[in-house]
Amino acid sequence: MPETLMPALQELEEAYAASKKDKAFLEELAMLQKTYIGRPTPLYFAKRLTAELGGAKIYLKREDLAHTGAHKINNAIGQALLAKKMGKKRLIAETGAGQHGVATATGAALTGLECEIYMGSDDVARQSLNVFRMKLLGAVVHEVTIGSKTLKDAINEGLRDWTTNVRTTHYVMGTVFGPHPFPAMVRDFQSVIGREARKQIQEAEGKLPEYLIACVGGGSNAMGLFHAFIHDGVKMVGVEAGGRGIAAGDHAARFAGGSIGVLQGTKSYLLQDDDGNVLGTHSVSAGLDYAAVGPEHAFLRDSGRVQYAYATDDEALAAFGQLSRTEGIIPALESSHALAEAVKLAPKLSKDEIIVVNLSGRGDKDVQHVARIKGVEL
Amino acid sequence: MRSRIARKFQALRKEGKKAFIPYIMAGDPDIKRTGELVKIFEDCGADIIELGVPFSDPLADGPTIQAAAQRALSGGTTLHTVLDFVSTLRKSTQIPIILMTYYNPVFKYGDGKFIEDASTAGVDGIIVPDLPPDEAEGLIKLSRKKPFDTIFLLAPTSTEERMRKVCHASRGFIYYVSITGITGTALSLDPSIGSHIEQIRNISDTPVSVGFGISTPEEAATVAGIADGVIVGSAIVRKSNGPDEELKHYLRSLRAAIA
Repeated sequence: MPETLMPALQELEEAYAASKKDKAFLEELAMLQKTYIGRPTPLYFAKRLTAELGGAKIYLKREDLAHTGAHKINNAIGQALLAKKMGKKRLIAETGAGQHGVATATGAALTGLECEIYMGSDDVARQSLNVFRMKLLGAVVHEVTIGSKTLKDAINEGLRDWTTNVRTTHYVMGTVFGPHPFPAMVRDFQSVIGREARKQIQEAEGKLPEYLIACVGGGSNAMGLFHAFIHDGVKMVGVEAGGRGIAAGDHAARFAGGSIGVLQGTKSYLLQDDDGNVLGTHSVSAGLDYAAVGPEHAFLRDSGRVQYAYATDDEALAAFGQLSRTEGIIPALESSHALAEAVKLAPKLSKDEIIVVNLSGRGDKDVQHVARIKGVEL
Repeated sequence: MRSRIARKFQALRKEGKKAFIPYIMAGDPDIKRTGELVKIFEDCGADIIELGVPFSDPLADGPTIQAAAQRALSGGTTLHTVLDFVSTLRKSTQIPIILMTYYNPVFKYGDGKFIEDASTAGVDGIIVPDLPPDEAEGLIKLSRKKPFDTIFLLAPTSTEERMRKVCHASRGFIYYVSITGITGTALSLDPSIGSHIEQIRNISDTPVSVGFGISTPEEAATVAGIADGVIVGSAIVRKSNGPDEELKHYLRSLRAAIA
C-alpha cells in the first residue's frame, strides 16, 4: 500500500477495534440488520430442486432476500456506520456486478454521506440496471476505461481516489481483500450469514449440514457463510469462475490457474504472468471476474480446510435456468456458480445428507445480460 | 561500500547543489528509446535517473504514467528486460540509476535473486511505491549486503511514528511525496511540507528528495529551496515522445531552476 494510505489504515484498524466493543454501535448495527436489511434472511429447503437432483437435501441461504438483493449490504451498512462514526464525509467504493456499488450507495443515503462509485466500463455495459440504481440512490458513478475495464481496475481507481482524498473519505472495500483490516473487517460484517444459517439448519434438521457451498470472487459471501462453521466438521466448497475454461485470460479460477502474488495491498493467489503482471480474466458474471482472491481463502485452501472448485460459464448459466424453473427463484449469475457445484455434488450424496448453498444475490440484475447471451431481444 | 547515490549526494552537498532526478518509464515505447533518453538526461544535467519498471496495475500513478506503462508492456518490456538494459548501459555511463517498481514483479522475480541481479547489473537502488517499510523487512536485509539503496516514501499524511520508521529504513535518500495524491496531479504543495522536511531532518541525516506533481521550473526551484533533490516524472514522460529539442530545452530549464 502507498505510504499516503498507511496512517488511514491504522486509524481504520483502531476505529474498527473500538467499534467491536462499542455497545451503542453494535446495537445500532443490530437494529438496522433487523429493520432495514431484513435479517435474519430465511434458510429455505429447495424441495423440487432436491427431488430433481435425486440426492442430498439442498437448502438455500436466502441472501437474495436481503435489502438491495445481495449479501453486499451486510458489509456496506457496517462500514458506512463506522465511517460516519470516524467523522468521514464521503464514501467511495469499487463494484463489479454493481451489487456492492448499490449497497454502498444505499449505506451512504442511510447515513447522509456523499458517495462515488468506480466501475469498469465492461461491467457498466453488462450491469446497466445496477448503474441506474446507484444513480437513483444519489451516487456518482465513474466508468473506468483503463486496463481490463473490470473489477480490478475499478479497485485501482478507487484506491487512487482514496490516496487523494484520504482525509475526508472512507474506502468501502466490498470484499475480503485489500490491506488489513479490510479482509477481517468485511468477513466479520458478513459472518452474520453463517451465524444465522447454523442456528436455522439446527432448528430445521436437528444437525449441522454435511456441506456448505458458496461462490468466490473476492470471497466475502463465502467467508460470511463459512466463518461460523470453521471449527465444525462441515465440509466446505468455494466455487470460482471457470469462464470458458482454464486457459490464461479465459477464466477467474485463481486456485486452478494462479500463483502467489501481491496486488492491491494483499498477498494471495493471483492470476499473473511470469513477470508478475496481472492477467486478464473472463467470467459471465461480473462479480467473480477478478484476478485475485481474499487472503483468508488462500489460507483455508493451503491448510486444506476448504476445497475450491470452479464452474464454467455454461454450467453457471444452466444452474441459473434450473433454479428459476424448479424453485421460482432467479439467482444472480455469481450465486449460480455455487448452485452449479451443488448440481454436480448432490446426486453423489445420500438423501439424508444436507448441502447449504449461499444464494448470495438475486438475478434481476442479470436478466438482460442472460437474454443477450441467449440471443433474445427484449 | 556506499552506493553511487550516496556518493552523488555527498558530492552535491560539498558543492552546495541540489539533485535533479528525472523519471522515465523503461521501454516507453521501446527500450532503444529509453537508452537515447538516458543519454539526453545526462547531457542536460541530470544527477540521478529514476527508471520506471512497467506494471499492469500501477495504483500510485496517474494517467500519464499508467499510459506509459501500458505502452511499455505492449512493447514487451519486463523487469528482466530492464535489468539487461541497465547492464548494457553501464558500459557507457556511471550515472546513479534507481528502479521504481511495484512490488509484485520483484516478488515474482524473488527478493534475493532480484537484489543480486539488479546490483550486478549496476542498479543503485529501488523505490517500491506500494511497499511500505513495514512489509519490506526481507528486501531491506538483503539489500544491506550490497551498495544497494532502499528508498522509501513519506507523505503529507505520515505520522511522526511513521517518519521514524521510514527514515530508519531508507538509504540513499528519503522520497517525500509533495501532495496527498497520485503521480502527475497538478501541484498544490501541501503547506506542511516545510515543517515535515524539518521534522525528517531532525530524525535523519539521509538526504530528502521531493516528487509527485512537479512540472514547472518555478515549482522545481521552490522545492529545491527546501529539499536535497527534485524528482520530475509525469511532465517529462509527456514530453519524452515529442521532439528531442523541446525535451532538452525543458530539461535544461529544470536543471537551471534546481540550483
